[in-house]
Amino acid sequence: MAKRIDVSDLDIYYGNFKAVEGVNISIEPRSITALIGPSGCGKSTFLRSLNRMHEVVPGARIEGKVVIDGQDLYGSDVDPVDVRRQIGMVFQRPNPFPTMSIYDNVVAGVRLNSTKLKRAALDELVERSLRAANLWTEVKDRLDRPGAGLSGGQQQRLCIARAIAVEPEVLLMDEPCSALDPISTLAIEDLMTQLKERFTIVIVTHNMQQAARVSEFTGFFNLAGVGQPGRLVEFNPTEKIFSNPDQKSTEDYISGRFG
Amino acid sequence: MTTTSAPPPQPEPKRRVGDRVFAGSAKGAGILILVVLAGVAVFLVTEAWPAFTASPADLAGGEGVLSYVAPLVFGTLLAAVIALLIATPLAVAIALFITYYVPRRLAAGLGYVVDLLAAIPSIVYGFWGIAALAPALVPFYGWAERNLGFIPFFAGPASATGRTMLTAGLVLAVMILPIISAISREVFSQAPLLHREAALALGATRWEMITMAVLPYGKSGIIGGAMLGLGRALGETLAIALVLSISGGISFNLISNTNPGTIAANIALQFPESTGLDVNTLIASGLVLFVITLAVNMLARWVVNRRADFSGAN
Repeated sequence: MAKRIDVSDLDIYYGNFKAVEGVNISIEPRSITALIGPSGCGKSTFLRSLNRMHEVVPGARIEGKVVIDGQDLYGSDVDPVDVRRQIGMVFQRPNPFPTMSIYDNVVAGVRLNSTKLKRAALDELVERSLRAANLWTEVKDRLDRPGAGLSGGQQQRLCIARAIAVEPEVLLMDEPCSALDPISTLAIEDLMTQLKERFTIVIVTHNMQQAARVSEFTGFFNLAGVGQPGRLVEFNPTEKIFSNPDQKSTEDYISGRFG
Repeated sequence: MTTTSAPPPQPEPKRRVGDRVFAGSAKGAGILILVVLAGVAVFLVTEAWPAFTASPADLAGGEGVLSYVAPLVFGTLLAAVIALLIATPLAVAIALFITYYVPRRLAAGLGYVVDLLAAIPSIVYGFWGIAALAPALVPFYGWAERNLGFIPFFAGPASATGRTMLTAGLVLAVMILPIISAISREVFSQAPLLHREAALALGATRWEMITMAVLPYGKSGIIGGAMLGLGRALGETLAIALVLSISGGISFNLISNTNPGTIAANIALQFPESTGLDVNTLIASGLVLFVITLAVNMLARWVVNRRADFSGAN
């Protein structure tokens, strides 16, 4: 299930603007990789390039290679829709479909894959996904209620349940806790450590304690200067990044002596 | 004994001349609209009243004002419903195409062209209907009578001029298309990026993204737009008066020469030659149209405003 991601010499452009430059990174399967760095340094853009979600912006394109277990994501015969079915994503703000019930939200992705599942199989999938997202006990009596009626933290776990229901190979998380309170954040972090048994997880976060708590590897993104593209400055095991980073700018950022 | 000093004078809110002029003129304009609306309603009721109280034998048709108006109401609703059934899916498709399929630079221009349809005078639509559309549809009506005659709508005899209820409905459909598509376009473009991205990230194609995140969000907007279009179709006069071959009566036959009239077209056609009680009868039919249109517009407003509670922007 979980797969390894190899990125080589990746440049990302929006039109003529080069947003990210020269990223080389190998993301280990069944681990959590955190990406940290100041706002606007391209870490979210990089994350989105891993499931081609950045292409939602007109004019976005990449140069370089993103390979998942030998499959080139940007091969000429690869449909971005198929890529996104393999690589799930959780967004900064919880975004369950407001017109769908909790149940329908969880199975939304499965229904897209057009596999006609029996009702019993769907029920089982919903329970399994919600249990995996640590949400089952809270919502099992109101699966037919709108997903938008849940609290922010519950909504975010619902979105995680929705993403893992399709059994992706990789789970991308774009600041999944930045709109949540500390208790909900803790719940999501616990969830991530459980999920990494099954999935490769890449998380963008502004919360350095969070990166230190949950991740095995950490990448630090930074801008070379105003108007310059973002770069991956350092990529190392999390312990090393937070105790003895290779780069001066990483240390400055982590210790708050940034800028 | 302590003297209580007068409380310090409240600082006078500064009243600028421009603010007062603007507030006054805005208030005046608002009141004027209500006065005009009330005036129209009062006029309609007082002028229509004689038709309701007169003995039925004195009225056109000789059976009372309600049986005079009934076929006209039927014709009005039939033409409007045909127009709505044709225009709504088309308008929604156009709106989706412009908001989600056309490159952004082209979209503005295309939207403008569709909006231009609303700027064409209805008399021009009438001419187009009678001179171009109706003759062009004659062969189709013949075919429909021969092959679909078992459906009451196409029972025939097929019109040789093409001036049928279906032609009138088609002309109306083109006329209300821009209203519906403009409102649909507006709500579609406001469908939250958050939910569109959620759909895309699950591996939705563009069409699946639209069915998951855009159409559910825009549903009440489409309904509201359709209702506003219906309001226009109900009141449309000239195009119907020109295109439709009217003979009165109630008939579901859409392709024949014998069609019920519509209220507005009937008034336009009959009014110049009417005197006395006939005028009151026509005004009574106008009152009925006024009530129907008011009801449809209020319903449309209500449906559109329900969007405010919509949980889309949680």
